[in-house]
Amino acid sequence: MLTIADHQFSSRLFTGTGKFSTSALMLEAIACSGSELVTMAMKRLDLKTGSDDILQPLLSSGVKLLPNTSGARNAKEAVFAAELAREILDTPWIKLEIHPDPKYLMPDPIETLEAAKILCDKGFVVLPYVHADPVLCRRLEEVGCAAVMPLGSPIGSNQGLATETFLKMIIEQAKVPVIVDAGIGAPSQATRVMELGADAVLVNTAIASSRDPAAMGRCFAAAVQTGRDAYLAGLGHVRSVASETSPLTGFLNE
Amino acid sequence: MSFLSYLQGISREKLKLALYSATSDDVERALNSAEGDLNSLLALLSPAAEPYIEQMAQQSVRLTRQRFGANIGMFLPLYLSNLCANECDYCGFSMSNKLKRKTLNGPELEAEMAVIKKLGYDSILLVSGEHETKVGIDYFKQVLPQVKNEFSYLAMEVQPLAEHEYAELVGLGLDAVMIYQETYNPQTYAEHHTRGKKKDFAYRLDTPERVAKAGVDKVGLGVLLGLDDWRLDALLLGHHLAYLESKYWRTRYSVSLPRLRPCTGGITPKVEMTDKGLVQLICAFRLFNQQLDISLSTRESPELRDNLFSLGITNLSAGSSTQPGGYVNPDTQLDQFEISDDRTPVQVSHAMKQRGLNPVWKDWESAWIGG
Ligand code: SF4
Repeated sequence: MLTIADHQFSSRLFTGTGKFSTSALMLEAIACSGSELVTMAMKRLDLKTGSDDILQPLLSSGVKLLPNTSGARNAKEAVFAAELAREILDTPWIKLEIHPDPKYLMPDPIETLEAAKILCDKGFVVLPYVHADPVLCRRLEEVGCAAVMPLGSPIGSNQGLATETFLKMIIEQAKVPVIVDAGIGAPSQATRVMELGADAVLVNTAIASSRDPAAMGRCFAAAVQTGRDAYLAGLGHVRSVASETSPLTGFLNE
Repeated sequence: MSFLSYLQGISREKLKLALYSATSDDVERALNSAEGDLNSLLALLSPAAEPYIEQMAQQSVRLTRQRFGANIGMFLPLYLSNLCANECDYCGFSMSNKLKRKTLNGPELEAEMAVIKKLGYDSILLVSGEHETKVGIDYFKQVLPQVKNEFSYLAMEVQPLAEHEYAELVGLGLDAVMIYQETYNPQTYAEHHTRGKKKDFAYRLDTPERVAKAGVDKVGLGVLLGLDDWRLDALLLGHHLAYLESKYWRTRYSVSLPRLRPCTGGITPKVEMTDKGLVQLICAFRLFNQQLDISLSTRESPELRDNLFSLGITNLSAGSSTQPGGYVNPDTQLDQFEISDDRTPVQVSHAMKQRGLNPVWKDWESAWIGG
């Protein structure tokens, strides 16, 4: 079981709601993936009625909703989006996303830390989306974030684990769950992240943009489980050749 | 959770069993993993790792050169006082020892520093016995600015202080604090520390945490090899280090691995620590923690020190005197312990250069830091 804040999850695969061609397809894919936490953009909500064709079916499907602040370009906008989410959806959970850069959608570390501080102080359960920056992750943990969500590669790119070296450092150091978010394009990549010891992965584009999202949702579920099992079993080591002579410690025998 | 409660949560028996039943498979796994952790430290400190010492040394050298280059930081201890209100049965400064007691005053300190500076040093370790009233925070507050005037890097090895006192000293130029637990076995600790404040195992154990909280740049940990089972003590030292590193990740850490030496009125080591064991220990710590500073004291013989230099050591003293006023007047018989390598800094740096190593005399400029 994975615990984040006070909530337990039996699946370590989290999903998103963007990019599906129909909401029926989205619901089917989410159901097949077994995901219990689904993120959705506050900017997509119809604020006047508080409901739209994504929200209602999601709410009735029983998954936990993780509103995100995607679209926010600075801390102020993100805090505003989080407060709206808490009010409308009645949840203190928020995926903090601030990307002012429209080309690569790179998260802004300075605004994110600033917003995280404010939101944690206000009692939110904050899950920040960040670059795979080990120092930033530690600082976010210090201000009280419930988890960190470093990226594998640029959002929506399906490029996989461009940041593996840094993800390893983050996983080794973190005292809160590490959820690898963004860039995971294939089930094999999800397995690899889980083998490294990540606590969960968030996959959206790879499922939504596949030819058969429901089938792909199932593949990711199996891949994440396999990676987790392999991590728990402990990967075997690659043997190196033993050295015969003792040039450095020969003095011990003199 | 404090480290004391962490330590109390560990079963010494279980840990010892794991340490002594580690297998060559465990050692090979540790040698082949890219990052060190407490599991690999356990394997590398175990008796099972003895046949792998050469391989450990090869890796230790590679990792040390990769991280630190060929540089070895040079520092010198400056004994401020041999007054002590404690009784530790392995130490010449113990209260009941008949020994002339001395605390340096301003001009004496100035004279000592002048000699040390001529030797080329820019990094200093201020040492004193543990005497709170006569050599306490007021004395340190007086001394630090005077020393910082002369040396870029200032470390201290004195009695444990309160967090706010450390913070105050940081403001006066303190860069590092060495605080050795001596042993992580409370029972053995009690046997050797029979009188005075040092008897308080728990207060000492939580000192590194207070140092880190106070914002000191570097914290030094250590055990006195020979008081108890060195493998277990070293492993618990590793736990202490890991605990501190994960909580205070802005701080740098160093370890010192002194072997118990003969001293006035002192005891003989209960547990023998061989040269081979010392090599295993140094390499195990390097493989465990690649950024760790590892110091080597003048307690070891010149031949052994020359061989150890390159194996993972990053800091070294040479030409040390372990008595207050000893640099100006070498033969006053006020020593804390006997030193084995009495070569001059020039001779030692020559030996280092012959091995392709580069002695570094200045490596710090506090003016850059914190303004
Ligand atoms: S080890 Fe330290 S506290 Fe103990 S007697 Fe020596 S100087 Fe004093």
